[in-house]
Parts: sequence; structure tokens; C-alpha cells
Amino acid sequence: MELMITPWLAEPGLVHFLIVSALLLSLGLMAVLSRRNVIMVLMGVELILNSANINLIAFSRYTSLSLEGQMIALFVIIIAAAEAAVALAIVLNMYSRFNTVHLDEIDSLKG
Amino acid sequence: MFTQLPLIILVLPLLGFLLLIFLGKRLPRKGDWLAAGLLITALALSLSLLISKLAGQPDESFTQTFRWLAIGTHTIHFGITIDNLSAVMLVVVTLVSSLVHLFSIGYMKDDPRYSRYYAYLGLFSFSMLGIVLTSNLLFMYIFWELVGISSYLLIGFWYEKKSASNAANKAFIVNRVGDFGMFLGIMILFVNFATFSFKEIFDLVEAGQLPYGSTGWLTTAGLLIFCGAIGKSAQFPLQVWLPDAMEGPTPVSALIHAATMVAAGVYLVARMFPMLTADALLVIAYIGAITSFLAASIALTQFDIKRVLAFSTISQLGYMILALGVGAYTAGFMHLVTHAAFKAGLFLGAGSVIYAMHQVLHAQNDHHTDAQDVRNMGGLKSKMPVTYYTFLMFTLAISGIPLTSGFLSKDEILAGTLAYSTLNGHWLLPLLGFVVAGMTAFYMFRLLLLTFHGNPSDRERISAIKESPLVMTLPLIVLATVSLFVFYSFNPFGAADGWLYQAIERPISMVPNMLQPVDAGIFEEAVHHIHGTAMVLSILFALSGILLAIGMYYWKKIKAENLVQRTGVLYDLSFNSWYFDELYDRIFVSGLFLLTRISKWFDEHIIDAIVNSSAWVSRGIASVAGLFDTNIVDGLVHATAASADRAGSMLSKIQTGKIQTYLVYVIFSFLVLFILFI
Repeated sequence: MELMITPWLAEPGLVHFLIVSALLLSLGLMAVLSRRNVIMVLMGVELILNSANINLIAFSRYTSLSLEGQMIALFVIIIAAAEAAVALAIVLNMYSRFNTVHLDEIDSLKG
Repeated sequence: MFTQLPLIILVLPLLGFLLLIFLGKRLPRKGDWLAAGLLITALALSLSLLISKLAGQPDESFTQTFRWLAIGTHTIHFGITIDNLSAVMLVVVTLVSSLVHLFSIGYMKDDPRYSRYYAYLGLFSFSMLGIVLTSNLLFMYIFWELVGISSYLLIGFWYEKKSASNAANKAFIVNRVGDFGMFLGIMILFVNFATFSFKEIFDLVEAGQLPYGSTGWLTTAGLLIFCGAIGKSAQFPLQVWLPDAMEGPTPVSALIHAATMVAAGVYLVARMFPMLTADALLVIAYIGAITSFLAASIALTQFDIKRVLAFSTISQLGYMILALGVGAYTAGFMHLVTHAAFKAGLFLGAGSVIYAMHQVLHAQNDHHTDAQDVRNMGGLKSKMPVTYYTFLMFTLAISGIPLTSGFLSKDEILAGTLAYSTLNGHWLLPLLGFVVAGMTAFYMFRLLLLTFHGNPSDRERISAIKESPLVMTLPLIVLATVSLFVFYSFNPFGAADGWLYQAIERPISMVPNMLQPVDAGIFEEAVHHIHGTAMVLSILFALSGILLAIGMYYWKKIKAENLVQRTGVLYDLSFNSWYFDELYDRIFVSGLFLLTRISKWFDEHIIDAIVNSSAWVSRGIASVAGLFDTNIVDGLVHATAASADRAGSMLSKIQTGKIQTYLVYVIFSFLVLFILFI
């Protein structure tokens, strides 16, 4: 009986984590697609990455994949840090070239 | 003995050539003693060979052959033949050559290319001995060309002078014309008889084999080979090179262009005699007579001492050829021998005079006066006694005065032509012969008187003249001595009693009976019959020539200038060598230019027209193809490009340039794929 009423509230399981991760991904995508400021876009990208991390860890915890998922998550964090450094350098260059950090104003590749 | 000794004699000068050309400058005295020594050794060996041949086996002919190369079934041999003819020639060649070597020690002593000069002399002597000794036609031809090249090298020895290098070229090219005929003749014989050997060819002819089965071809082959002699012995019509060849050093002229090489043509005819038909011999006789007359007529008016001698050489060679042609074989060959001695002497004497003139002109710093022009000489008699008396001796010999060697041989030749005309009726031959004898005496005495007698043209210059050194006068004395009759016959009026006449016998003709020249026995009979008349006539002609010369140039009874005016055109013809050089220039050189002009016209108007019209046609085709290209092919290409362009510009609307739009596309497409495949 208990099992029927409370499973997803009482004991957080894999599904909970996946829902959180999906929310986070959606928020990240939202930020990436809709923000004008390139810094905000970058922050959206970080959200997406972290949603992926949550997924990895959740799968590592609830399936037989043991520690491999956590390992990859660690890698992702490190790579995200590196990526952030590179991305910020690009942003700085972009600013010095276009005098703006607003993505809708930068469209020199327009066909 | 008769097989090894000739080989040694042949190789000695070659050895000298090789040593001097490679080591010449390092040898003491630049190696002149070596060259002269080798030649004198060769002379000694040749003399001993001749004496033992004549004393031991005078009727034998020794031949030794070595296999040279084998081509297919043919084997070509190198062989040497020793018979009386070649033994005598060996002595003549080595004697003149060694005397010229000695003379050159004085004449060439200041030359910067002294050792090379001796090397070339060695090469020449080797090749000439090769011609004398060879037993087959191919090697005759090879040595023939070798003497040609050494003659070329020596004529052009002072190649810094343009005239000398031109003369060398001229000699070589004119000789080439004759050699071409000779080569054709040799090939006709080889194709038919498959051998080069003289003896085998004669044997085959005797056995009745004829080239291409026809007697006409036998005559042709003989005449073609005679073409080689026409070139080398400067016979009409190829006589033009010899006067120019006087650009070489004078001792060279003495050796090559007077005594030995030019006599090679005569030697060749003598060697080929058994296979020459009566027709061929008649042509040969006429060529000899014409040559000797033409050259003598030119020599009458020349002023260059060496040119007079050059024309005189051509004339005397004509005599020898004439003698062989009429069948006076022994007389012709004997004249070759005696002429070699006195003509070499004349040239060396002229060399001695030129050398003395040069010394004086050089000391007086005079570079304009021609050292060879007799008008610049005169009165040298007292200054150069040895040269004068030897020169006088040679002049008497060539003029055919009794007690000299020249009288013996010339008299026999004239008797031979006279006998021939009584047998065959060709009276022009003896007529030309006797006239030439008179002309020879005249121009030789004219030369002698102008050079050594009379008033000096320039007293100061002539008084400074000195006699040449002993090394130069000694060869003159030797040659003057052997120009005496005793060396050839003890009877001063009859060569027929002498050893030379006995040793050299006219070979038996091998040609078919109907083509045989006059039988030797009948001919001898006729000669014997007419000998007295011929002798008297020849002395008369010679004396009248001499008297005329003395009258004109010594007693001055007859003014030469008047005679020049009186004879006008004839004088011009003679003075300008009958305009042969101009004639050949007009015909061959201008002819060649005309041919090039015609070829040029043909090129410009026919070949170019063809090329141009074909170009015009291809241009037409090309412009049609061009139209097709620009309109059809390019149209297709452009249409493709335009459609791509239009598609591009349509699609480029999608490219907003805004990164977020692209991201939307990416995510959207991803979603679509996601939905489709999962």
C-alpha cells in the first residue's frame, strides 16, 4: 500500500533527478536562445552542461554503471571550466571588435 | 728483311710525331734533334733497303698483310708491299723529309710553335710513307686523307694570318672534291671484287672479270680513282689550291707541295697502271698536258718567288701525269724522283732567300715590303753565293739542260709523247710538252735573274743580306748534288742505261685485249726511234726559253713592258692565273649563293604560303569552334552558374547572421531527428 502512495515523494528516485535535469536543460536552452547578452548565453550553456552532469550522476547512482558516470561528470566540470575561459576570451575579442556584447547586433554573416 | 724493315721505317716518323706532340716542349731544344734524327735513321734504313732490294731480288715483290678487321664475311687487311717502285719512293720521301727537317732547324728557329711544327712534319712523313708502302686501296685512301690533314695543318701553321687559314681550308676542300671521286672508284672496285688489295684486283681483271661486267665501268673506276690524283697532284681542273698553299712555311712547301705529297697522285696512277684502260690513259694524258701548259703559262708572269715555283710544280706534275698517260711509265716516275730533288731544292733555296730577306727587313723595322716579291730583290748573287749556285743548278735541272737529272727524265717524257703521237696521232700532246719545256726554261731563268742578278731594288737592304747558316745551306748542297745526272745514269744523254730506268719497268697491263694501251715493246721501239729528234727539240726549246729570259732580264734587249702591252689579254690571263679562282668563285660560290637565294624564295613563297594558308584554314575552323564554345558550351556553363547563383541567393535568406537563429535551427532539427529515429 505504502508503496503505491508514496513512492515518488518519499524516496527520491531516478525519475526525480531526470525531471530536475530536464527543467535545468530547458532553462538553459531558454537562456541560450532568448537572451541578448552573450554573457547570459554563456550562463545558459553552463546550465545545459550541469543538467547533463545531473543526468550522468543519477544514472551512475541508480543503474549498474557504478562510478563511471561520476567520473565523466568530473571531466565535464573541468572541460566546462576550460570552455568558459575560451568562451570569455572570445567574448572579449568580440567586444573589442564590435563594441557590443549583444548578439542580435552582430550579424555580419547575414546572407 | 723486306717485311720488317719497311714497318720500322713507317713507324719511326709516327713515333716522332707522338713524342713531340705530347712531350715536345719539355724536350731539350724542343725535340728538333729527335725528329730530324728519326728521319735520318729512316733515310739510312730506306737506302739500305733499296740497295739490298736492287742488288738482291730486283724482280721480286714482297707483300706482308695483317688482318685489320673482319666485317661479316669480308676481312680487311693492312698490308705493305715492297717492290722497286715503293723502295725508290721510300728513299725519295725520307731523303727530302730529312733534309727539310734539317733546313727547318734554321728556318723555323724563332717560331713559338717550334715543336708542334716538327710533330706535324713527323705525322706527314708517316702518312706519306704509308701511301708508298700500302698494298691495298683502302689504306691508300686512309693515308691519303692523313697526308691531306697534315698538309692542312702545315699550310695553316701560321693560322693567325687569315690568308693562311683560308688557304688551308681551300686546300682541304678542293682535295675533298677529288677524294670523293677516288672513294667512289674504290667502292666500285670493292663492290664488284670484294677486295681492296691491288694485286687481287689486278688478278681478277686479268682473269676477265669486269666491274658490273662492262669495260665502260672499268674505265670509269680508273678515272674516278684518278680523280684523287687530280686533287692531290693539283691537276686541271682542281689546280687552284696549290698556289694558295704557299702560305705555309717554305720548308713545308718544299716537302709537301713540291716533292712528296703532290707526287702522291702520280704514284697512285703508277700503282693503278695495270688496270687503266687505253681510254682512261688518254684522258689522263690530256689532263696532264693541259695542266702543264696552263700552269707554265701562269708562271711566266708571277712576281712572288713561291708562286712561280708553285705553278712550276703544277706544270711539272702535269708532265708526270702526261707521261703516265701516254705509257711512258718509267719516264714519268723518273721525273717524279728527279723533280722531287730539284724542286725541293728550289723551294729550300727560295726559303733561304726569304729567310735572309726577313732577317734584313726585320732589322730595318720594315713591315710593308713583301719578302717574297722578286721585285724587292735583285743582285743577291754575291751576298748569298751558296744559295745562288745551288739555285742555278736546280734551275738548269728543271729547264732540262744536259748533264742534269731533269734533262734525263724530261727528255724521256718528251720522247714518249712524241712516240705516242706517231703511233696514235695525238699530236697536241707532244706539242704542248715541247712548248711547256720552253716556257719552263724561260720562267725559271726569269726568276733566277730577277732574284740574284741585276740591280738591287734597294741598295741598303740588299747590302745587309747575309748567307743563311750551314744547317740551311747543307740540304741545298745535298739536293744540288743529287740533281746531277750521275746519280741516275752514267750516260748523260740516255736515261735508259741507268739503274733507275732498269729498276722501274712498266707493269703489264691487265685489262682486256681491245682496251690495252700501246704495247710496251712497240712503244719502246717507237721511243727509241724518235729519241734523237726529241732530244734535239727539247734542248732547242729550252735554250730558246733561256735566251729569251736572258735577253729580257739580263741584257735588257727586249723590254718586258713592251711585251706586256703587246700581248694585252694574254698577259692578263696569265697574270691572273687564267681567272680560275674568279671562275670558280663565280660558278661554285656564287652558284651556291644563288641556290640559297632560290631556296630562300622557295621558303618564303611556297613553304611559307603553305604554312600560312594552313594557318588561315585552321583559324577559320577555330573561329567556328570559338563561336560554338562561347555560345553553346559557355552558355551551358553560365546557365549552371546562374542557376546556382539564384538558388544561393534564395537560400542565403536563411542566413540571418544571428547565432541564436542558427541555434534554434540546430535544436529544432535535433528534435525532429530525435522524434523520427527514436
